[in-house]
Amino acid sequence: MTHEFDAYPFEREHCLSISDFHRVDIERLLDLGAHYLDLDEQKGGNRKVLHGKTLINLFFENSTRTEKSFEVAGKRLGADVISMQVASSSVKKGETLLDTAATLNAMNPDLLVVRHGSSGAPALLAQKVACSVINAGDGMHEHPTQALLDALTIRQALGDIGGLQIAICGDILHSRVARSNVQLLNLLGANIRLIGPPTLIPTDADRWGVEVFHDMEAGLKGCAVVMMLRLQLERMKGAFVPSKREYYHFHGLTRAKLAFAKPGALVMHPGPMNRGVEISSDVADDPDISLITHQVGAGVAMRMAILHALSDSQERRAGDAS
Amino acid sequence: MTETLTLADIRILDPESGTDEIGHLRIENGQIAEFGANCAVEGTVIEGEGLCAAPGLIDMRVTTGEPGRENRETFATAAKAASAGGVTSIVVMPGTNPVLDDMALIDYAGRRGEGLPVDILVAGALTKGMDGETMTEIGLMQQAGAVMFASGKNPIRDAQIMRRLLSYSASFNALVSNHCMTPDLSDGTVAHESDFSARLGLTSAPAVSERMMAERDVALAELTGGRILLDLISSEEVIPVIRRAKAKELDVSASVSINHLALNELDIGDYRTFAKLEPPLREERDRQALLAAVNDGTIDVIVSDHDPRPAGEKRLPYAEASPGAVGLELLLAAGLSQIADGVLEIMPFLAALTCNPADLLGVAAGRIKTGAAADLVVFDPEEPWVCDAEQLRSRSKNTPFDGRRLTGRVRHTIKNGVVVYSA
Repeated sequence: MTHEFDAYPFEREHCLSISDFHRVDIERLLDLGAHYLDLDEQKGGNRKVLHGKTLINLFFENSTRTEKSFEVAGKRLGADVISMQVASSSVKKGETLLDTAATLNAMNPDLLVVRHGSSGAPALLAQKVACSVINAGDGMHEHPTQALLDALTIRQALGDIGGLQIAICGDILHSRVARSNVQLLNLLGANIRLIGPPTLIPTDADRWGVEVFHDMEAGLKGCAVVMMLRLQLERMKGAFVPSKREYYHFHGLTRAKLAFAKPGALVMHPGPMNRGVEISSDVADDPDISLITHQVGAGVAMRMAILHALSDSQERRAGDAS
Repeated sequence: MTETLTLADIRILDPESGTDEIGHLRIENGQIAEFGANCAVEGTVIEGEGLCAAPGLIDMRVTTGEPGRENRETFATAAKAASAGGVTSIVVMPGTNPVLDDMALIDYAGRRGEGLPVDILVAGALTKGMDGETMTEIGLMQQAGAVMFASGKNPIRDAQIMRRLLSYSASFNALVSNHCMTPDLSDGTVAHESDFSARLGLTSAPAVSERMMAERDVALAELTGGRILLDLISSEEVIPVIRRAKAKELDVSASVSINHLALNELDIGDYRTFAKLEPPLREERDRQALLAAVNDGTIDVIVSDHDPRPAGEKRLPYAEASPGAVGLELLLAAGLSQIADGVLEIMPFLAALTCNPADLLGVAAGRIKTGAAADLVVFDPEEPWVCDAEQLRSRSKNTPFDGRRLTGRVRHTIKNGVVVYSA
């Protein structure tokens, strides 16, 4: 763990969007994440960090890896972790988001991890609760912890992210992961390319400080990292692509297409994967080129870092107040 | 009847005649008796130095909750809000519960509006229950007092039905208003398609959705000779469509909401649902183009698009919140603020709120002339103030202007010679 930024304490209350953080915040979070990548630190380390604190997982959309990742991260830091089963709760009986927020707030949690199908819902919650809110994915808006763990994974594999050429490929339009990654990787100095069919690239995405390509061969040229995104068929109403077969043919990552990238290029995917749609199993499962399992591992470490930093920030604010 | 009242040393603005002079204006028996530099000062005197007097405003697009949703707004609370905003006539929209789609309901709504300090004019529904398919009794409803016919925020989707509506209503010279939006492109979306909304991850529709419906309705007006109001236009690219239609001397007019003249998509900021509107707020270049189109007369009418919503419908995630904002009280102030900023001219602005809507609706209002009913607004064009939503008289407080600095404020509203509001 480095201490070069100690003069700038991490003072954020929530983790809602990458744009909430400045460069120093990001560096501190990534350094702390790297610290927790060490399994001795992660499993045998300091369980006092979140001792006596309550973390509530509030997932309005189904999730396995993100929810469990937060649960493991919270438990390894000593927090009491509660997972709200929203599907069976009173939300289904017509309770509004803010009523739910008021109910949860009355239980005095310290950390609230929220996933919601509507863009901006965690930000709305954050205005109404007294604890720190962590956005675990909101609609098509952001998924900041995923972007941070992706950055941690790349940094572990390739070192400094500045100047790296990184391609983000596939269903950008529906992807909150892409929106967070574009912001974060831009902040860290990467050159980003978005590659996908025009129907899956957001309007005016070229104003995001990225280059837009519709052809894998042209887009992948020179890229050191290739991030594939899941084709989010559940969010698609109407025709975006004609068929999975055609999508795979032109936009699925195979060894042949990967050959257009820089030699030794690494492949990432936030999961869950549609094998044979956006990525071939052959590429996904090759440990020499795929970072996909590293991403899951980094997920726990990065989330421990985020919980730790937010908790420290809470203590500091409480200290200032008294 | 009523006593004599004189507005003294006031700047008199009448957009129809182009009058812009400082003088006195005397009201007798509820009518304008005389005005001008040589007008005699008699009766009660309101000192008008530094103030302006204009015809009372006519707001052609007001949604209330009466009948059926009185928790949002009643005619009485809307009338209070209108008086505080310098508005002396409002057209209430038919999208109530039940829908105003029958002559008895038009008559009922008209009676409910009697005795209020604002003229309540009623728009009838174009189709039964606003189903978009079954034509209502347009002729009978007009006889019962309906001043125009509207479809709410759901446009008439089927071109053949729209053609027949325009064709049939033309025989009564009835004004038909259709919302400019193509449902195939816009249904299920909550924002204007742009770099900004894509970043926020909001489902969005392009401005071309508006243009396509405008082009269709202009073509159908040309085919049928009907009178069409392109309701609530909001984008730059629809303006040439209106210009072309007017150049062909078709009976095409257009309205814009004050929100789209004063705000742009950036006011949504961090998912502020109070700035969620239908049509959605668009880009700054759209706003500038709309202001220019008011100044040059391409856009005929400015409306508040008053749409009261209780907090419970607004305090939701952006995609789930109801669109709409109240506007009756802020219509004039928001426009005067644009005038103070130098992007809007006062005479075209007032024309779009007085004589233009009066002419479209066929009502004798919206002008300052001897013998006309004394419906007037007196305002200070330069008074700075901060909008506080809690102070609004409307039953619902959903306004995107909460906390904003505004320039220009209503001082008095006079309805038929009686001062019904004073700040």
